[in-house]
Amino acid sequence: MDLNEFAAYGYFFLVVFLVVGLYSYIYHLYKNRKDATGVDYEHYSNMALHDDIDSTPVKPVSHEKEN
Amino acid sequence: MENRPLEYDYTVAKMFMLTTIILGIVGMAIGVFIAFELAFPGLNTVFGEGLAEYTNFSRLRPLHTDAVAFGFTVSGIFATWFYVGQRVLKVSMAESKFLMFIGKLQFWLYVIGVAAVVVSLFMGYTTSKEYAEFEWPIDIAIVVVWVLWGVSIFGLIGIRREKSLYISVWYYIATFLGVAMLYLFNNMEVPTMLATSPAGEGAIGDWMHSVSMYAGTNDALVQWWYGHNAVAFVFTVPIIAMIYYFLPKESGQAIYSYKLSLLSFWGLMFVYLWAGGHHLLFSTVPDWMQTMGSIFSVILILPSWGSAINMLLTMKGEWQQVAASPLIKFMVLASTFYMFSTLEGPIQAIKSVNAIAHFTDWIVGHVHDGTLGWVGFMIIAALYHMAPRVFKRELYSKSLMAAQFWIQTLGIVLYFTSMWIAGITQGMMWRAHDEFGNLAYSFIDTVDVLHPYYALRGTGGLLYLAGFFIFAYNIYKTWTSNKEVDAERLNASPMGA
Repeated sequence: MDLNEFAAYGYFFLVVFLVVGLYSYIYHLYKNRKDATGVDYEHYSNMALHDDIDSTPVKPVSHEKEN
Repeated sequence: MENRPLEYDYTVAKMFMLTTIILGIVGMAIGVFIAFELAFPGLNTVFGEGLAEYTNFSRLRPLHTDAVAFGFTVSGIFATWFYVGQRVLKVSMAESKFLMFIGKLQFWLYVIGVAAVVVSLFMGYTTSKEYAEFEWPIDIAIVVVWVLWGVSIFGLIGIRREKSLYISVWYYIATFLGVAMLYLFNNMEVPTMLATSPAGEGAIGDWMHSVSMYAGTNDALVQWWYGHNAVAFVFTVPIIAMIYYFLPKESGQAIYSYKLSLLSFWGLMFVYLWAGGHHLLFSTVPDWMQTMGSIFSVILILPSWGSAINMLLTMKGEWQQVAASPLIKFMVLASTFYMFSTLEGPIQAIKSVNAIAHFTDWIVGHVHDGTLGWVGFMIIAALYHMAPRVFKRELYSKSLMAAQFWIQTLGIVLYFTSMWIAGITQGMMWRAHDEFGNLAYSFIDTVDVLHPYYALRGTGGLLYLAGFFIFAYNIYKTWTSNKEVDAERLNASPMGA
């Protein structure tokens, strides 16, 4: 196998990997609907809608919780 | 120290809003001038033979492209970042003296960089690489500006209150990383002063002239990997960042599907970087690479339309807002033009279509329905939304905004329709031959035929520029108006009649 052939196989498997990865991601997003911390993905839209400096964060950074 | 409530600090955003408008006027005015130069070549020497060196098409063309891309658009990206970044991370620039200093430093270095670009390009210093014409000292300055922007992005993220990063922030980060990678690799260059000849004599070169570190076809490949992805990471990714913030905010509607926005993001990142090969169809690059460029360009429709449809569906049930607000009109038409040009681009990248389209004005038409319709409209809408909040004044005139919208829309339509006809006419005439294979037309025949379309294109550009002056006037009057308003907590921007 010369370098070109090797690159062609490598390229093919990279594309397959990316396609599988992306489709798994779609499946994951729509099946779970919520991320690992239990927040519904759609809830994150509120970061733009409620973006005043004193709005309650969708998910505050931890040291804010302690205050 | 008095105990004032914390507020967002838009100082740096305001500074970049100013350069967005000024460089927009400069870049678009040069564009209109050179468009008319193509239609009426006498304009090349309209300021006298002595100045012709500085006013001819080839000297001004890179000034046009660089001023609108790296002046108008990049300023718009910076301006919106220093606005959106604070708001979605719920942290104020006023909370960090360091970030405020870095932001201002970035602005002033950027202004110096722009001045250096304008002067050097006018003087004729160029690397001759499209969209990468700046000579190496300016490249270094640009890298410094970019790194400072990175410090601002990650600095602000570092002190944020909102733990999650809103989708726009993802897109801004991708812009930062993407351009950094592209710019560094494509601008690897050696001053000719350091490159001695094989015979050994030294110092025959020039400090202000450099050659690429890549040779021949490799140079072309790196150049169009850069050139196409400059479209990706300057004209697409950061503009999506803007629309994902400003359209939901102005309309008060949550994004139709946040999941779709995440998916489209990764889709765009995976696919875009492979599509640049379509600029080199039928050239000396390997055939498989050309095919790959075509295929990835076609696949690119999916993530592009994912974002665009997501934006249009965000307006579901709220279409009366499109009729009522010229600001929403700008954004809805922007995402429509995004769909339009991301369908047109893949069609042009198909080899058999490209055989007609390549090197013709159809390509120029394609670029402009994307930049005028999508990039220009979105940045204009973003600045209109920001103005009442950063200046704390009511937007000066809704009717002027509506007039601007229709004038510019007409300008874009004239621009791309004339370029479609011109481009396809060119392509067909270049290929036409008789039964013995002799070409049917000489080059000047095509130039004769294209004249009316070039004049129409110039007119379209002029209308767009006129609309941009209305925009500048509207923002100026908002800035200096006495109608104070606290729009900080509103969705729809307050506008005067």
